[in-house]
Amino acid sequence: MTPDPNLLHATPETAITEGEFVRGTSLWRDAWRRLLKNKLAVFGLVVVALITISSLIGPTVIKRATGFTPDYIPTNDTSLIKSFPPFTGPNGEFSWTHPMGTDNAGRDQLARVLQGGQISLFVGIISTFVSLLIGVSYGAIAGYVGGRLDNIMMRLVDVLYSLPYVIVVIVLLSMFRSQTARGQLVLLFVALGSVSWLTMARIVRGQVLSLKNQEFVMAAKATGVSTPRIIFRHLVPNTLGPVIVYATLTIPQIMLTEAFLSFLGFGVQAPLASWGSLASDGIQNIAIFPWQLIFPGVTMALTLFSLNFLGDGLRDALDPQMRTT
Amino acid sequence: MLRFIIRRLLVTIPTILVVITITWGLIKLAPGNFYSGEKRLPPAIEKSIREKYGLDKPWYQQYGKTMWGIIRHGDFGTSLRFEGQSVNAIIRRSLPVSAAVGILAYLLALIVGITAGSIAALKQNSRWDYASMTLAMLGISVPNFVLGPILVLVFSLSLYWLPPSRWGGFPSRNLILPIITLSAIYMAYIARLARAGMLEVLRSDYIRTARAKGLSEKDVVIKHALRGGLMPVISYTGPALAFLLTGTVVVERIFALPGLGNYFIQASLNRDEPLIIGIVAFIAITLLLMNLLVDVAYAYLDPRVRY
Repeated sequence: MTPDPNLLHATPETAITEGEFVRGTSLWRDAWRRLLKNKLAVFGLVVVALITISSLIGPTVIKRATGFTPDYIPTNDTSLIKSFPPFTGPNGEFSWTHPMGTDNAGRDQLARVLQGGQISLFVGIISTFVSLLIGVSYGAIAGYVGGRLDNIMMRLVDVLYSLPYVIVVIVLLSMFRSQTARGQLVLLFVALGSVSWLTMARIVRGQVLSLKNQEFVMAAKATGVSTPRIIFRHLVPNTLGPVIVYATLTIPQIMLTEAFLSFLGFGVQAPLASWGSLASDGIQNIAIFPWQLIFPGVTMALTLFSLNFLGDGLRDALDPQMRTT
Repeated sequence: MLRFIIRRLLVTIPTILVVITITWGLIKLAPGNFYSGEKRLPPAIEKSIREKYGLDKPWYQQYGKTMWGIIRHGDFGTSLRFEGQSVNAIIRRSLPVSAAVGILAYLLALIVGITAGSIAALKQNSRWDYASMTLAMLGISVPNFVLGPILVLVFSLSLYWLPPSRWGGFPSRNLILPIITLSAIYMAYIARLARAGMLEVLRSDYIRTARAKGLSEKDVVIKHALRGGLMPVISYTGPALAFLLTGTVVVERIFALPGLGNYFIQASLNRDEPLIIGIVAFIAITLLLMNLLVDVAYAYLDPRVRY
């Protein structure tokens, strides 16, 4: 059946040329347009982009501008107090050198917060990716194969759901504490990724259940496509919308868990820093040098706030049916 | 119903044993030992320590001994670092602290969250709605280890209204800041869930019927809408309790409260094996029983749920 051109061009908003329609990008374009209409989501997108970019290039820019790196401890400074308030130089005068002040070793706080952002975002994204890999495969297999296997797999998810997994993660991280900061980071990815796939598995399973009896799957089966190929080439790509939405909402959750673990001293280890470990350093002197906690804390809160709005906006944009008017 | 509860209990018990086994396994698989420090111990001393704690025996005997103590006597052994104190005594002593903070925080979250969420739903797209949902988003995004210290800075160190930390007995002003810190995120989640649930219910047919037969708006909301609209909040209780337990860990740390979470962190840092296993097991048992309770409550409140 050829699509009726009049239907395609029914409203001026959807008026697109025939050639573009054939490329089949309309779902994503539609979603993008809806996203841009949502002010809060656009705010989230802009803030997330700004924070990501400044975390990536910030430390280099600061090094060029002031000579401070996140690890640089000034040694020629003879004063005993190393913690300068924001915009203050060594003699208490106004200065642009440290817009966020310095920490108790005299390191530039802005450079450290930006470097911490690199690690926090990195942990959030990589662990979400790990949880995507596990969750999507698990959910898709359970949903497509169905029957007893599905029953067992989802019962297991139910059981895991009710476990105090953060507690188990703390035991894991403290027992296998790595000697190197990088080793601890890898342990963190594995630990966070392997406990946060449960909801993803449920979502993908639900999607696959509703897709697996449709004609295109039947057609694939009839032409002799193997089961793994049906699952990963035909079904999984069709679950992408909800998966992207949920992944966007998983990133802030994982970042929060990472910060929580680093705050307690089980996560990112020195010399690396994340927002959680910076806050943990900052809380020790909160009464005297409050900026050492407030800057990393507020930066983190702002990032999570924006990511959450972006995730909500994406959900509304990609899944208009779920929108609560 | 009774069959359902029994069936669930039959699943719960093996789950708890699995949790204990995983924890035990993680501790045993990890490199090093609780007594290994910076310096190597002389072999004779190491040997006598291993004998004293039964570490010279094969792993299955150690495992059997631990599990037997737990199953047969409910006894988790003696703490390695808090010498002479049994794990059970430590749990008994620290539980009231955690329970007081946790339960009050959850109650506060329920009251404020449900009120804010319902008002937001009833006045959808109003200023109230936007304000409470933005606040809720803030509550979800501000980590409690940032919120807590900021509250301390404002209310203790600047205004001198409330004590900044420490445990001061059960009803005491020391509890106010920890409770607010802990409850913020649940308040936010509950408000969002209550709003979504209420919005859905308010559009349903039975609410239209209730309005059509001339009930006052107050009766419609309180007697009819709330009951259906709060189901998402109730099913969130299970996961919320799990997060609440981990939240107390941070809050107890910030406010220096001698609760379960604080002991758990110390035990993990010191590799105090019996205490770790004891607290993990206790938390798992509490969680699973609470989840069961939530499911029963759910079935009781929603007549459509049948087991």
